Amino acid sequence: MYGLKQDWALEPRLRHFVIEDYQGLTARWCPGCGDHSVLGAVQRLCRDLQLAPEKTVVVSGIGCSSRFPHYMNTYGFHGLHGRAMPVACGVRARRPDLNIFTVTGDGDCCAIGTAHWIHAVRYNMKMTVLLLDNNIYGLTKMQTSPTTGRGQFSNTHPGGAPLSPLNPLSVMLGITNCSFVAQTVDWNPGHLMATLRKAFDHDGFAFVRIRQRCPHYMPKVWDELIKDPSKLLLLQHPEGIPTDDAVERVLSNRVEHDPTDYLRAHELAARDDVVPVGLIYKNPNAERYDLYAQKGLEMSPEERVAAINRELDRFTV
Amino acid sequence: MKEAGATPASDVVVPVDVKQHIVEFVSDSGEGAQTVGQIFGAVSAKMGNGAWTVEIIPAEVEPPRRSRAGASGNRIRIGRSEIRNAGDAADLVVAFNEQVLYSRIDVGALREGTIILLESKWATDPRQSVRQEFAAALEDFEQRKYQVYQLPLEAETLKLISDPRRGKNMWALGVVCAIYGRDIEKIRGELAKKFARKGEALIESNMALVRAGHSWAEENLPLRFQVISEPREKPMIVVNGNQAVALGAMAAGIEVCSMYPITPATSVSHYLAAALPRVGGFVHQAEDEISAIGFAIGCSYAGKTPMTVTSGPGMALKTEFLALAVMAEVPLVIVNVQRGGPSTGLPTRVEQGDLLSALFGEPGDAPKIVMAPSTHEECFDFMVTARKLAETFRTPVIVLTDANFATGQQPIPRPVVTEDWLAPPFDQSDWVDGVAPYDWDPVTGLSARPIPGQLGGKYVLTGLAHDEQSHVAYESETNQRGMEARSKKLATLQRSLKPPTVHGEQEGELLVVGWGSTRGAIEEAVDRLREEGHKVSSVFLRFLSPMEPGLRQIFARFRKVMTVEINYSDDLEAAHTNEDSRRYAQLAWLLRAQTLVDVDCWSRVPGIPLAPGVIERELRHRLELYAQTER
Repeated sequence: MYGLKQDWALEPRLRHFVIEDYQGLTARWCPGCGDHSVLGAVQRLCRDLQLAPEKTVVVSGIGCSSRFPHYMNTYGFHGLHGRAMPVACGVRARRPDLNIFTVTGDGDCCAIGTAHWIHAVRYNMKMTVLLLDNNIYGLTKMQTSPTTGRGQFSNTHPGGAPLSPLNPLSVMLGITNCSFVAQTVDWNPGHLMATLRKAFDHDGFAFVRIRQRCPHYMPKVWDELIKDPSKLLLLQHPEGIPTDDAVERVLSNRVEHDPTDYLRAHELAARDDVVPVGLIYKNPNAERYDLYAQKGLEMSPEERVAAINRELDRFTV
Repeated sequence: MKEAGATPASDVVVPVDVKQHIVEFVSDSGEGAQTVGQIFGAVSAKMGNGAWTVEIIPAEVEPPRRSRAGASGNRIRIGRSEIRNAGDAADLVVAFNEQVLYSRIDVGALREGTIILLESKWATDPRQSVRQEFAAALEDFEQRKYQVYQLPLEAETLKLISDPRRGKNMWALGVVCAIYGRDIEKIRGELAKKFARKGEALIESNMALVRAGHSWAEENLPLRFQVISEPREKPMIVVNGNQAVALGAMAAGIEVCSMYPITPATSVSHYLAAALPRVGGFVHQAEDEISAIGFAIGCSYAGKTPMTVTSGPGMALKTEFLALAVMAEVPLVIVNVQRGGPSTGLPTRVEQGDLLSALFGEPGDAPKIVMAPSTHEECFDFMVTARKLAETFRTPVIVLTDANFATGQQPIPRPVVTEDWLAPPFDQSDWVDGVAPYDWDPVTGLSARPIPGQLGGKYVLTGLAHDEQSHVAYESETNQRGMEARSKKLATLQRSLKPPTVHGEQEGELLVVGWGSTRGAIEEAVDRLREEGHKVSSVFLRFLSPMEPGLRQIFARFRKVMTVEINYSDDLEAAHTNEDSRRYAQLAWLLRAQTLVDVDCWSRVPGIPLAPGVIERELRHRLELYAQTER
């Protein structure tokens, strides 16, 4: 319209999403459970990025954290124990348009679903993967998980867990074509949000291990970490997870780390004296299987019929 | 024993007219008997004969040479009209050594009078042990009353090429083509398909071998058979069952085949791996069987059209996801190319042992559609039907084929593919606000499914008991209602099915019921008995879940009903069982439960297809037995 400044003429968004647009059923995790804060962070992320809820799919397996999709007001797939990743990869295969979050737990991902986890990393299909790691099986009531610390009492190891825990970060780095590994904690909302944002923007399989409180079964393990922030080692780098004053004020134990430095990433991932938080490793050149899977999507029905007839020609006598 | 070359070239051999003939090529693995068998079958089909070819496969990739276990090759049954099974004993066998021939003798593939064209070079082999084995075999074959002709296979091949292992199969093909009056120029077309990438020179050198074999046979062999062919009116395709499934899948609009390698299902995905990208899709080779179906379920949930293909052990691994697909009503086509079980069983061999596990393999009640094609044409057609049913009924559909179909090649009319078959798998219009994701119709149990991207259709799919909104529901009444809705879908489908067609008279003494790949053999056996005046008919079931309607009425018209199947059952006359403990064959088990008719069964697990003669003999025996006991 004549006389109007050009930027006044911008079309208003047809739809604007507020946090409530992403809220599904009321979360029924225990009070104080770290899953609540992750849920809130994912909802905020969706709101900040204005993701269309109907274009967003949250896929999970089975376990406490896998109830996640029910508490989102998006499409969801609450599937089988350990099997979130094959489903999420299948959803992604022919749907480049969807936003996909995969939510899994330490039992779901690192025990029953290990084979799928390893291969999903290798496929490197674009999705944001959240490992909600509380070091214990919660839903089935306190059994040892692969990430449970040695000596920790559980109902399956009343004399204490006999083995040292599996380190999901080291496993990740050992998998060919691994493209994004980050670690954060549920009780630092600033760092959690910044990590989720970075993961969402990554073009590939973005794996975020979130150390997640289980006050019901494992209060001591988490209390120590929460009370003593020096046990967290903040990784900083221009290519890494951006940190602000609020994060830096709490996490004074800091180190520079270039996330493309693979060997250093291994060293950091393996540390058991501190919990490194931030972007541990990133490989922007990893191959993307979803790009391979999407080939041919553009073919029209006429072209497909013609191609099928050419196939039949091969067998015609 | 006949001496090759004994017949003067000037003699004109008058061809013997035969209705059908069974030819086998057998060699050590890697000598190419399979290739030439397939070419012979394709050329025969091209000339208008009915044909069925079946691979003879050793269990190992490269077994030791000259071993009984190592036989590799092809059986080709050709006939004037349509051929629908591999038949009984072979009429003519080309053997590259006598040891591989024994593997065929061991499974009863030969009879008195079978013509054997046997490589002669072993008589002069430098190894004494080989010469002795060969001489002993010739003596033995004489006693078994085979007609043996020795072929200078390698000697003649060496005149043209330096490595006989790479060409004697073609020379042998030329010989057989001369015997059956095959147009050898048609072989060229087959070679061109096979060696398209390797160039004209290779095609020509192979053709030279074929021609050499052909002329040698014309001059030296007094054998001519004529299988009159009728010209085809419609274009035909020559496919094995796995290729028919793969072509059917593409024609059905299936764009993703998510699989894990397993014998004998892999050849479906081998062909699809090459072909699907050409028609706009792809094959996903997953890390395991579980992931293969999980990936397919993810695709289907996202509104795409996937399939998965496996065999028995893979099916077992897939059951958890299969139950999820039933529970959450995710459409999915699952092909099970059955092999011998249980456990690793007989990987390359045929069995129909997965019927009951297909119906009842999951924890809890998991009603789903189970279909079994009984011809190659149905292997193609049922893929199109299965996809449509999966989407309409919002359920997994299991298509049961078997190792007999997998390797058996047959000419079938070329299907006409329509664009309708490629339609998207869901209603493309907007989701109507307020409609629940499981809006179960109270009569049919059917409901429409929302797809991610559809505004207003948002739901969280769950494998937990759920209500119409897909909300987790532990209430007793909701669980009962959900179970009932899923079960209603099968009843709805059953109401739309027609009763099966009886082959033969509509009433009589004995009705044979079968399913799957045994159809050709059972109907041939039944026809032979009917020609003798026996009142035997047969019926084939293509839907196993839900069962086809009208079975009780059909069964009532026969004095006795029995199934013939390739799975284990206790024999009727077995000493270790009685009426209370006898374990029935799988279809018989189902039919007894469903119809309350005292359905008997005869089943075997030989690892090879049931030959019509074997079935005929058993049916004859049963007719006598029933006549004694029930009159």
